[in-house]
Amino acid sequence: MIEGIFVEGLIYGIMVLGVFISFRILDFPDLTVDGSFPLGAALMVQCLLSGMNGWLALLVAFAGGVLAGVVTALIHNHLRVPNLLAGILTMTMLYSVNIRILGNRANVPILDQSTILKQVTEKFTGVIPDEYILLVFFLIVALVVKVLLDLFFRTDLGMTLGAMGNNEQMVISQGVNPKTLKTIGVGLSNGLVAISGAFAAQYLGFADVGLGQGIIVSGLASVMIGEFLMLKSNRIGVLTFCALAGSVCFYAVMYVGRFYGYVIHMTPSDLNLIKGVLIIVLLIATQAKKLKVPFKVAK
Amino acid sequence: MIELKNVSIVFGQGTVNENKALNNINLKVKEGDFITIIGSNGAGKSTLFNTIAGTYLPSEGQIFANDKNVTRDPEYKRAKYIGRIFQNPLLGTAGNMSLEDNMTITHKKGMKWLRRSLNNKTREIFKQELVQLRMGLEHRMKENLVMFSGGQRQALTLLMMVLSKPALILLDEHTAALDPKNAEIVLELTNKFISEYNLTGMMITHNMTHAIEFGNRLLMMDGGEIIFDIEGEAKKALTVEKLIQKFHELRHKTFENDRTLLAED
Repeated sequence: MIEGIFVEGLIYGIMVLGVFISFRILDFPDLTVDGSFPLGAALMVQCLLSGMNGWLALLVAFAGGVLAGVVTALIHNHLRVPNLLAGILTMTMLYSVNIRILGNRANVPILDQSTILKQVTEKFTGVIPDEYILLVFFLIVALVVKVLLDLFFRTDLGMTLGAMGNNEQMVISQGVNPKTLKTIGVGLSNGLVAISGAFAAQYLGFADVGLGQGIIVSGLASVMIGEFLMLKSNRIGVLTFCALAGSVCFYAVMYVGRFYGYVIHMTPSDLNLIKGVLIIVLLIATQAKKLKVPFKVAK
Repeated sequence: MIELKNVSIVFGQGTVNENKALNNINLKVKEGDFITIIGSNGAGKSTLFNTIAGTYLPSEGQIFANDKNVTRDPEYKRAKYIGRIFQNPLLGTAGNMSLEDNMTITHKKGMKWLRRSLNNKTREIFKQELVQLRMGLEHRMKENLVMFSGGQRQALTLLMMVLSKPALILLDEHTAALDPKNAEIVLELTNKFISEYNLTGMMITHNMTHAIEFGNRLLMMDGGEIIFDIEGEAKKALTVEKLIQKFHELRHKTFENDRTLLAED
């Protein structure tokens, strides 16, 4: 059970890192995530079905996510649509796109295809206990993504992205086009979300258009748990670690809710309510802790 | 350097609230000029800056930078040669980032890419530059700017702007939100930087004494127009009394109300 929680927490943790980038670093509440997560899953499944290499398929999923984010950013930048609405627009359009990618079906299984996860499991059977293979694998994947992000946010471009989320005027005064920065940032964020969706599809064994429903709430809740539990810091390494840890905590809570919820007559459909309540409780707790506005803590 | 030709700005055109914030402004800022601008609230001083910087698109007229028409250039493009400091000391820096990160972003204008230019060598350069402020900030490189006072942040913004070597600087009452002591420090630094780096610039102030002391040219604005433009020797001979009298002459308005807005010292 414990390894299941960790695996799930780490898979979705990549999505949480994406949400962390848009909500916290860019200060751009991006709802595209609800569409780009199943987009990643759908692209992964279709690529695998067409016989593509798993890692190449992952790249395709990432590119698809980036594109979705870029569309949101372009709508926001050039049509002067508020960022929330721009995200909702893309997310809504992606629902249709995802069904198209899945070949006009809402759910496509990949039980027989050779996924990255299956390859990894085959390779390491006997080396480490079977139930820990995926745990170790996802630990490595999540850490690699985290370290790459940390490095990125220490470059000049990464720092400028952080500055834009904090003070857009400053970035403009430096002769940098904030529209370009938003496009890069939101694209990157959604690319990560799509990667997370691609791994989720392999883990679950199918892609479903409904996979992304409410995922943004899960992501935000995870980010907030991470911020609530951990030290306050401006070091990007600490912040991304908090996001991952928050994700594991959040999915632990969800896991418990799914498996032991029946004790209090809870059904899986109640989970969304629980997620929302969790966020509200966190908001109240954060305010009680006097940790300033939770919607504006960036890098 | 910068030239405005027949520039007008109308807010809410065609509505009952139509307001001509700038009315047919013609202005030429020469290289090496330092212009102080005075005028009561609503005279159009900040609108003038916003128009030069590119925040507002003029309703009519053209703006030239080094004889190149930049009327339609967005703000971020003009920011490459225009340095600007706002009244709000928080606008020039990112509060939740460290001092060294802020300096990394600001020490060079233009789009940033995947390079990492913050290293021990640049840190050393930043430290030496910070010494000029004489605020001891060079020992606080890793601290977040939210920990700094408004005066320190404004001084820092000023330093970072000067170091990026803009062709024109716009100071929009940059000491107005600071306490008297900090305002004095920042103003002293401004004075020092202007002469040391031979800056071309414009400064809005509500303080007539400063307007007379600083720079080689003075503009008085009212109702969206430049009503008085004086430079060189004639400006040196100005006094606060003469300025008030001039305003009275030009506008046939009593300056009494404005006396409260235009501080004398």
